Amino acid sequence: MSIDRATVAKIASLARISMSDDELDRMAPELSQILDWVEQLGEVDTSGVEPMTAVIPNHLRLRDDVVDADPLTGGGRRDAVLANAPAAEHGFFGVPKVIE
Amino acid sequence: MTELTDLGVKAIRDGVTGGTFTAREVAEAFNAAVAAASQLNAFIVTTPEHALAAADKTDAVRAAGLPLGKLAGVPIGMKDLFATRGVQTTAASHILEGFKPQYESTVSQNLWNAGAGMLGKLNMDQFAMGSSNETSHFGNVISPWRRSDGGNAALTPGGSSGGSAAVVSGRITPAATGTDTGGSIRQPAALTGIAGIKPTYGRCSRWGVVAFASSLDQAGSMARDVTDCAIMLEAMAGFDPKDATSLDLPVPEWSANLSNDMRGKRVGIPREYRVEGMDPVIDALWQQGVAWARDAGAEVVEISLPHTSYALAAYYIIAPAEASSNLARYDGVRYGLRELPDHAGLQDMYAATRAAGFGDEVKRRILIGTYVLSAGFYDAYYTQAQKVRTLIARDFERAWETCDVILTPTAPNAAFALGEKLADPLAMYLNDVFTVPASLAGLPAMSVPAGLDGSGLPLGLQVIGKPFDEQGVLNAGLAIESRAGFSAKPEKWW
Repeated sequence: MSIDRATVAKIASLARISMSDDELDRMAPELSQILDWVEQLGEVDTSGVEPMTAVIPNHLRLRDDVVDADPLTGGGRRDAVLANAPAAEHGFFGVPKVIE
Repeated sequence: MTELTDLGVKAIRDGVTGGTFTAREVAEAFNAAVAAASQLNAFIVTTPEHALAAADKTDAVRAAGLPLGKLAGVPIGMKDLFATRGVQTTAASHILEGFKPQYESTVSQNLWNAGAGMLGKLNMDQFAMGSSNETSHFGNVISPWRRSDGGNAALTPGGSSGGSAAVVSGRITPAATGTDTGGSIRQPAALTGIAGIKPTYGRCSRWGVVAFASSLDQAGSMARDVTDCAIMLEAMAGFDPKDATSLDLPVPEWSANLSNDMRGKRVGIPREYRVEGMDPVIDALWQQGVAWARDAGAEVVEISLPHTSYALAAYYIIAPAEASSNLARYDGVRYGLRELPDHAGLQDMYAATRAAGFGDEVKRRILIGTYVLSAGFYDAYYTQAQKVRTLIARDFERAWETCDVILTPTAPNAAFALGEKLADPLAMYLNDVFTVPASLAGLPAMSVPAGLDGSGLPLGLQVIGKPFDEQGVLNAGLAIESRAGFSAKPEKWW
């Protein structure tokens, strides 16, 4: 199934990537070609087959229920968390105004 | 006299430990090789001071008579997918340009703990999406190899770990880290005449590794030979509570248990890998590999992996789906690039930031992933692909009833010229046809250099093993390596 330019524009909007008309014109046939090719999976009889959830059997662990069990991923690291923010202000992430 | 840069991991470690030369001398020699290799564009940033500091530490530890690590005095290259504290980490993207992690990835920390130092951050395909190193925001990596026809066509080092492959094969670093999602360690290793191993999914922590497709991503080692790969992988691997998929298993002493004797082992040859239109040179090399396995004492058996031909299509649904989700984090708010057009609101900022920050291949995969996960298409694409993935894993489980390791070519071709496949994304994807199935099943697999094609370019053979059996993979790799006697290396022109 091929996808048209309008569909690409909709997906791009869902993915929050702005695209020029030129880009949409270029991407539509490329994505169609790739999607046409993956269509072949429809030939495979998968009745009664469970979708893969984990490649290697593993059990989910619980960490100790304590504050800052791992200091690297715990709290109290505001400055480190904000260090790479393009617009950190007053100890927060700054974003354009969202409420009028 | 042997140049220090001719030495690999084991030779350097043993030389430093035994006092033949100092770690500082080694670091200085490789720092000079890195500085002289800028034409290859293999590094995004170089870190000579990191290499020297680690070397001085190793020399001080030795002087104090204290025990030295597995990688004492070995300077390495670090793929730019690993977060390194205070050193720019970009995944070769514009959207992460300037990003300096406040923490160290578990794998890189493990390497520093073992005595290694860092020569620099290696160029790669952007977000590890590519098979030729042509999708980097920082430009193509040029392979140190050239065809023997006298032409100077710039060749691909493969991808996505193309910078890693280029520097190891060019004797610019003794070893490098790589990551493998669908073949990104094995294919570039094959195209540049070096060894590279992707361990069982979960052996190496993914913590601090920029995520592409989390159910497939796995770090591994790239070096000049099997022994060096084994030593380095031992240092990288290990349980990490910060990665929920990390294997809580001890790391075996792979390097101490290496053997090229395959008596009692069965080597499976999957008939479905003999694809239509296979390059006769690749096929001949594969037959040669079978002969080497027999010479090593192995029994060779034909096996069937019936769903092989569907692996690539399943991969190109699953990997983009996971990527579209993982890459949603790049929003111009918390780190990296922000594009804020005049009067833009929050949504416009997201869309402008991501438009400016991602390259074409990354956008293509995010869009594919968004599409296959979208309402109405999820079951037809994503669920069906995950079911096919189950069947592919089952194929391997059945195969293990009759064989211990599987031998295949690593890639369908030798290195191609930069630009040759760029216009056709699908043709590029086909380069991973032999490596993707093992990735989908989470299996350990490695590529070892096995020969040269008619143009003097290296070709590799792939060994795939059972879950957790890196030892079997490394041993079969060693059996091939010791019989292939591969000693070719690129002539230095840079």
